[in-house]
Amino acid sequence: MMGSSEALLSVENLTMMYGERVGCQNISFDLWPGEVLGIVGESGSGKSTLLSCISGQMEPTKGAIKYNTRAADMRDLFEELSEPERRFLMRTDWAFVHQNPRDGLRMGVSAGANIGERLMAVGWRHYGNIRNTATQWLDKVEITDDRLDDLPTTFSGGMQQRLQIARNLVTNPRLVFMDEPTGGLDVSVQAKLLDLLRGLVQDLGLSVVIVTHDLAVARLLSHRLMVMQQGEVVETGLTDQVLDDPQHPYTQLLVSSILQA
Amino acid sequence: MSEMLHVENVAKSFTLHTQGALTIPVFEDVNFSLQAGDCIALTGASGAGKSTFMRMVYANYICTKGNIRIRHKDDWMSLVSATPHEVLDVRRHTLGYVSQFLRVIPRVATLDIVAEPLIATGVTKDIAQDKAKILLTRLRIPEHLWTLSPLTFSGGEQQRVNIARGFIVDYPVMLLDEPTASLDADNRRTVLDFINEAKEKGSAVLGIFHDQEARDAVCTGAFDVTKYQVQNNA
Repeated sequence: MMGSSEALLSVENLTMMYGERVGCQNISFDLWPGEVLGIVGESGSGKSTLLSCISGQMEPTKGAIKYNTRAADMRDLFEELSEPERRFLMRTDWAFVHQNPRDGLRMGVSAGANIGERLMAVGWRHYGNIRNTATQWLDKVEITDDRLDDLPTTFSGGMQQRLQIARNLVTNPRLVFMDEPTGGLDVSVQAKLLDLLRGLVQDLGLSVVIVTHDLAVARLLSHRLMVMQQGEVVETGLTDQVLDDPQHPYTQLLVSSILQA
Repeated sequence: MSEMLHVENVAKSFTLHTQGALTIPVFEDVNFSLQAGDCIALTGASGAGKSTFMRMVYANYICTKGNIRIRHKDDWMSLVSATPHEVLDVRRHTLGYVSQFLRVIPRVATLDIVAEPLIATGVTKDIAQDKAKILLTRLRIPEHLWTLSPLTFSGGEQQRVNIARGFIVDYPVMLLDEPTASLDADNRRTVLDFINEAKEKGSAVLGIFHDQEARDAVCTGAFDVTKYQVQNNA
């Protein structure tokens, strides 16, 4: 049905070593346009290492990461793109939502400037347009427009996280990386954020790679799951199939360890 | 009549690695066929594997052996060898499933939850919501509840939201896991009407029904999974 030429991101035999220690190894997958891929596994299983590599922040020891650029077709991130080209991709086509909003926001400038900065990086210059777009995005992430000129330091954790999402999505990226986007938030905020993310993914047709250790979050957001243990992918498949009929011992342990609320 | 679903020599067993790799066989050599316009009741005692069989047809559970094929967009597709993308496409357009439990994001309005599967097929939000309103009205969910999350509802109300969500798309193949359980008599009749209307539109329906009355009202046949149970003499 879909040929591999339609993949937006293609990862082949990716291995990342930290000296002698394995970060992650032999990881291969394709991500399709509009697809949400969840990566689950316990702390230290290599989820974040993998995310750092495929989002171009860290060059893997071995393997290929190919991205379907708007200009050309599949290009290898580290072999065929220069550092400036990679940086340009990160500013425009890609977005990275950090677990801690402080890592993804500039805390010293206003909420509006945080959103506007990404726009200016892609060439927007008209102050009125930038301010209007920033206001619209605050509204989309349910922050009232009277907070536009406030510093993110005056925001609650949940608001900061939503601001980070607005800042990331304002340039209409095609690919979004998320590292535990709902971690560290209290559950009432989590639900709202999940609904927001799901709506944005559907409306904008985003492709998403989301790292989480929360299986409920993975179930609600992702189409497909990869389960990682000790740096390797031990099971992969349709999200509900992996969670409801897990085959690998580790996935079974993971699924059976969830506390029932 | 045209065949919509074909199950061939299917077996299922669960291996519990957390219990010392204990293997629990469920059934084997299941052959089954479902035609458009039919409603087949899955029968068998509790624990015989009715829900397991249904989940395998939905590609929610993996087949240990055998093949399940479905007619999807005029082509036959194997659900056993399909990629996750293909399975999702089948579920979006061809294969509907009403489970016993409503699983939704908290705080999302009932109307949006019911309209969502129809929007996913490419229908506009307005049209999808209009149809959602008709279904919710027929299922006697009061209008003032439509903007609330169904997670605040009673069990019976949640089940009706689940049914509205399942019937908003005219799926060619529908799987119904106890759709009439925990409903009062009026709502049970409405759900049975839904099933008969789906059959008239040419849907092939596979259902688990615990009450004989419901089975008599909608089913054109029965399929007993007990016959395929693996004899566990251990």
